[in-house]
Amino acid sequence: MQNDCGCNCDRANDERYAELKAYIDSVKGSEGITMTVLQEAQRIFGYLPLEVQKFISENIGVPIAELYGIATFYSQFAIKPRGKHHVGVCLGTACYVRGAQKVMDKVVEELGVGVGETTQDGLFTLDATRCLGCCGLAPVIMIDDTVYGKLDDVSVISAILNKYRE
Amino acid sequence: MNNSINELNQLKANAVKNLEATEGRRIVVGMATCGISAGAKLVLDTLKKQVAAAGLDNVQVMPTGCIGMCIYEPIVEVFEHDEEKVTYIHMDPDRVSRVVSEHLVKGKPVVEYTIGEDENGKLKSLNDLQFYKKQKRIVLQNCGLINPEDINDYIAVNGYQALAKSVTTMTPQDVINLMKASGLRGRGGAGFPTGLKWSFAAANEADQKYFICNADEGDPGAFMDRSVLEGDPHSVLEAMAIGGYAIGASKGFIYVRAEYPVAVERLKIAIKQAKDMGFIGKNIFGSGFDFDIEIRLGAGAFVCGEETALIASIEGKRGMSRNKPPFPANKGLWGKPTIINNVETLANIPKIILNGPEWFKSMGTEKSPGTKVFALGGKINNTGLVEVPMGITLREVIYDIGQDCLNGKQFKAVQTGGPSGGCLPQKYLDAPIDFDNLVAIGFMMGSGGMIVMDEDNCMVDIARFFLDFTVDESCGKCTPCREGTKRMLEILDKITQGNGTIEDLTILEDLAENIKNTSLCALGQTAPNPVLSTMKHFRDEYVAHVVDKRCPTGKCKALLSYFITDACTGCTACARKCPAKAITGTVKEQHHIDQDKCIKCGVCMDTCRFNAIIKK
Repeated sequence: MQNDCGCNCDRANDERYAELKAYIDSVKGSEGITMTVLQEAQRIFGYLPLEVQKFISENIGVPIAELYGIATFYSQFAIKPRGKHHVGVCLGTACYVRGAQKVMDKVVEELGVGVGETTQDGLFTLDATRCLGCCGLAPVIMIDDTVYGKLDDVSVISAILNKYRE
Repeated sequence: MNNSINELNQLKANAVKNLEATEGRRIVVGMATCGISAGAKLVLDTLKKQVAAAGLDNVQVMPTGCIGMCIYEPIVEVFEHDEEKVTYIHMDPDRVSRVVSEHLVKGKPVVEYTIGEDENGKLKSLNDLQFYKKQKRIVLQNCGLINPEDINDYIAVNGYQALAKSVTTMTPQDVINLMKASGLRGRGGAGFPTGLKWSFAAANEADQKYFICNADEGDPGAFMDRSVLEGDPHSVLEAMAIGGYAIGASKGFIYVRAEYPVAVERLKIAIKQAKDMGFIGKNIFGSGFDFDIEIRLGAGAFVCGEETALIASIEGKRGMSRNKPPFPANKGLWGKPTIINNVETLANIPKIILNGPEWFKSMGTEKSPGTKVFALGGKINNTGLVEVPMGITLREVIYDIGQDCLNGKQFKAVQTGGPSGGCLPQKYLDAPIDFDNLVAIGFMMGSGGMIVMDEDNCMVDIARFFLDFTVDESCGKCTPCREGTKRMLEILDKITQGNGTIEDLTILEDLAENIKNTSLCALGQTAPNPVLSTMKHFRDEYVAHVVDKRCPTGKCKALLSYFITDACTGCTACARKCPAKAITGTVKEQHHIDQDKCIKCGVCMDTCRFNAIIKK
């Protein structure tokens, strides 16, 4: 059944919309809130589907085209659903010269997906990230907010990933 | 609320007692991102639990920022009044148990977990290592010493004294004059004089001005700013308030990368504490000066380190740069005069205000006074953060502090300045590092990443790596950067695939010059640098790729082949492991690799126990 926003989202019964609305109300009136609202929306929903962008547009008065432009410009916004865990293989220079490509190959092999893709079970999304600033521990990967370093021996990677499979 | 210098001094007196461990011991655990990923969180938790369980009431356990030496993480340091600190390295929960029971309870340090003893049987501290001896710590002074999550620790080391001095005893013009006299130059890469920049914004009349801290440290291989934010966040806040006072801004923003969750968390804590104590907010130190700070998170766009793109991003738009002038000091955030300073630049400021410009100029070189923090990484033994006086040579940084390339390999080049910088070859090892000197030999300081490369790194591949980065990060607004870098990458891909021609090198150079001259912002203007510098200094490697169709380092897979020599015993191990089934042969006879099937993964070479497989 379609509702008043013209789509099939269930805004009225979805608490996430209420949470986002509460956030928007708390920052409304200050300047330059578009990015922060999108960031908050991504935290709540995990990604920025069109319905959510429409909702934001209606609430902060920024055209949806502009929101879409921003969401696709910055690499940290996702407009497709992402896995439960985010695996970022650092491809910064320090990691690269110390074998990040081998680490990437191993992670690709372990997860069975390519860069930017999500595993079928919805558990992992794989990304090549920019320098994580842990160059002293190169090569590194970051899973959610945790950094794993000194992965010269790529065989330890499967054990690391398995921790998130439990 | 604290509104007088007397109150600040009173707070300081109490905080100093605490920091100097006048009663009991103070134990710090290095909890910057590198320490945490090496396991420092568990070490800290275990330490806290066991200290409590042992009933050691006079022992304080707390996190601290980056101690500097990544290879020894997790690091724990024990401070005791009137005694040399004891440094424990590579800590884990088991080691913690022994340190608690032997050192903290019985007073006998566990020597085997330290860096060792010197010839007199005295425990060596980190300061005794070559790594620290050549360093001069100004910006990183408090990192690894104070608890970044406790404002009292910062107050103990003269925190907020510079702000108090500025707003109560100096006019904004005095502050600017002092900054000009110090000769401080922006540490973000370009080296523009900070005092001069401030004076532009101060001269503009406006109802609102902004002071922004650029913490969008995007250069791969650079982590100085992250370490300052994680280890000493208050110094940045204090400097922002001083800058705000100097230019007449009442509002500040810190634009920080979302990739730095620990830094963001510590900044949030620091801002709250500074507001609670009245160092940020209304009527600071009773001077009538108001200053508020807000954090804005980046969302993963390298170009937002460029100031006009950063402004667009704070305004909530796509982070695209624009033409300058007008410069942000005239028309910046929401069209108002805005100053943007980098984290490391800011961290210098409170110290300059307190110690004076002459003190600052006593370090470094005439035109580039002070120190510079470098993030030393790549193929080097001592990776970590180093702060050295300007004018030091690369040789000192790489050999004395960094202690040589990993595994005894031969040094080839050091990459400075990230994707906008270049690769300095061996012949420049004795060049003094400062802003002007590096420019004079055709390089740039950049933000401070220093990646060491050894004989195994292919310079064409490194150039390709950086181009791949800029192509991905170009905002797409101007054609030279958007299209030009893409064409350059295509040519480099072609070369590393073995399909390049000698003409490609000329085209590459032409394109590079054009992009440099015609791009809108610094990202495009500097994007060709890695290619130009490697072409200039490692031309033979390019020629080997396009003429001999050979990669001298064996890094470009398409250009190399694996062969089995007569050292082969016919053990069949390689044939069984080969994922492409490219190896054939009968047991106990020499095997062969079918070059058409070979995918050059190198598994056979790793598998062979007789060194019978070679690549060339």
